[in-house]
Amino acid sequence: MLNDITLGQYFPGTSPIHRMDPRMKLILTIIYIVGVFLVKSFAGYAVAFLFLYLIVRIAEIPFKYLIKGVKPLRFIIIFTFLLNLFFLTGETPLLDIGPVHLTREALFNAVYFSLRLVFLVMGTSVLTLTTSPVQLTDALERLLHPLQRFHFPAHELAMMMTIALRFIPTLLDETDKIQKAQMARGADFESGNLIQRAKAMIPLLVPLFVSSFRRANDLAMAMEARCYRGGDHRTRLRELRYTRLDAVAAVVMCGFIVVIILEGRIFG
Amino acid sequence: MPLVVENLNHIYMKGGPYETQALHDVSFTIRDGEFVGLIGHTGSGKSTLVQHLNGLLQPDSGRVLVDGTDLADKTADRKQIRCKVGLVFQYAENQLFEETVEKDIAFGPKNLGLDAAEVDRRVREAMRQVALDYETISQKSVFELSGGQMRRAAIAGVLAMKPSVLVLDEPCAGLDPHGREEILGLIKRLHTESGATIVMVSHSMDDVAQLAERVLVMEKGRLVMDGTPEEVFTRGEELRSMGLDVPQVVQLCEQLRARGYEIPERIYRMEDIREILLKILKKGEHHAQ
Repeated sequence: MLNDITLGQYFPGTSPIHRMDPRMKLILTIIYIVGVFLVKSFAGYAVAFLFLYLIVRIAEIPFKYLIKGVKPLRFIIIFTFLLNLFFLTGETPLLDIGPVHLTREALFNAVYFSLRLVFLVMGTSVLTLTTSPVQLTDALERLLHPLQRFHFPAHELAMMMTIALRFIPTLLDETDKIQKAQMARGADFESGNLIQRAKAMIPLLVPLFVSSFRRANDLAMAMEARCYRGGDHRTRLRELRYTRLDAVAAVVMCGFIVVIILEGRIFG
Repeated sequence: MPLVVENLNHIYMKGGPYETQALHDVSFTIRDGEFVGLIGHTGSGKSTLVQHLNGLLQPDSGRVLVDGTDLADKTADRKQIRCKVGLVFQYAENQLFEETVEKDIAFGPKNLGLDAAEVDRRVREAMRQVALDYETISQKSVFELSGGQMRRAAIAGVLAMKPSVLVLDEPCAGLDPHGREEILGLIKRLHTESGATIVMVSHSMDDVAQLAERVLVMEKGRLVMDGTPEEVFTRGEELRSMGLDVPQVVQLCEQLRARGYEIPERIYRMEDIREILLKILKKGEHHAQ
């Protein structure tokens, strides 16, 4: 039942997209997001979709995984759509029944803003699908490294993220096990009203907290036993290096942004 | 109340990149009052199998019947089934959560909707069964207990549901020798005194050899052996090829035979080998004199 949560949704592979430097992937994803914000018309979205589709094909990821990533956000997207649809005003009325006023402009905006959300999620999904969480935190640490001059704890932040990510599957496993153990004792997590359900969580949460604290304690002890003293003077097992692949990717992304800006000029 | 498993298949993460088939066509029947040992290497599917026995997992194909009720049947009363088949998980002490031992053991019976008097009766009974003293321990916090006591309190939590089949997943894992003896002793008592049907998962051959009347061996999701301990433990070579081992008693017999001692076949229990060793030693004394 907890298998549905794809937090670390890494889809292993050896495609060019997988082999890119995670720093470049992170930067290009941010640029893609900016690009999506620059889109002015549905033609622009068509370009953004085509571009994304191409990348997904190169990455050899089934496209349904991207759609799966959007699913948890469906309520926000539907909410955005409805809000725009019913509360925006425009000049060309489409429908006018009682208190409901629909206009062409509102419909356009509703579709436009919902699509923007969909593209944001799908764009970032490509990053998380092709980059393992460890690579991702590595990239983040390197990218934030220059900020250390201003006493920004880049290494500590990355370490915290790594540890947190490392323990998500462990804790999910643990939750699943404890939940089953309590279900074996007749616990019911699935029915009852809100208060009953919240109460039913106690047999799950107490053991989970206890074991989390124990794990944290053990891990801290193990790190100290191996003389962990933070990021200074540490060398790393996997050095990150930009390659030609990254240069090509950067150029392609530049091309995409140029097309999107032109699209904005023509249709905007 | 027989427990029937028919052509059970289970696939984890179906359709994803990490899809694995944990169980392949597993079939067996457990009769009333049997003591079954389930052994297999890590990842052989033992834990997946036991979770099917009380409907915590649903089969991808095949059936599990408890007392004639198909567990996949949506209309079947799940609580009723979980009450019939009690499952003690690995590291069961991790499920303890209440303020006191008494309250924690009462969690199961309370979920069954029993009245306070009956719950109290069951808590006392379960604590007696696992040899925890009601007077001194019932009001303690579960986190004040020793590791072995916590484990026993967790087992009591399942026993208080009065299951007719008790399934234990690695009940001795992570305990010191003393704690292990205690747990094995109480499982044995449960079986002999109340005639409970018991399924014990273990990768300790010695524990299984001491207690079980029937041994099931799993490898890579398949049930590869099913028989009496004598039958299974004489197939030492096959067991070793699966990364399993034979009980220490059987190893001792093999080594003694290799050195030319006459040891009868099918010895796998500590009591039996003791007799034989004593005889050999006595003979040795005679020779020496």
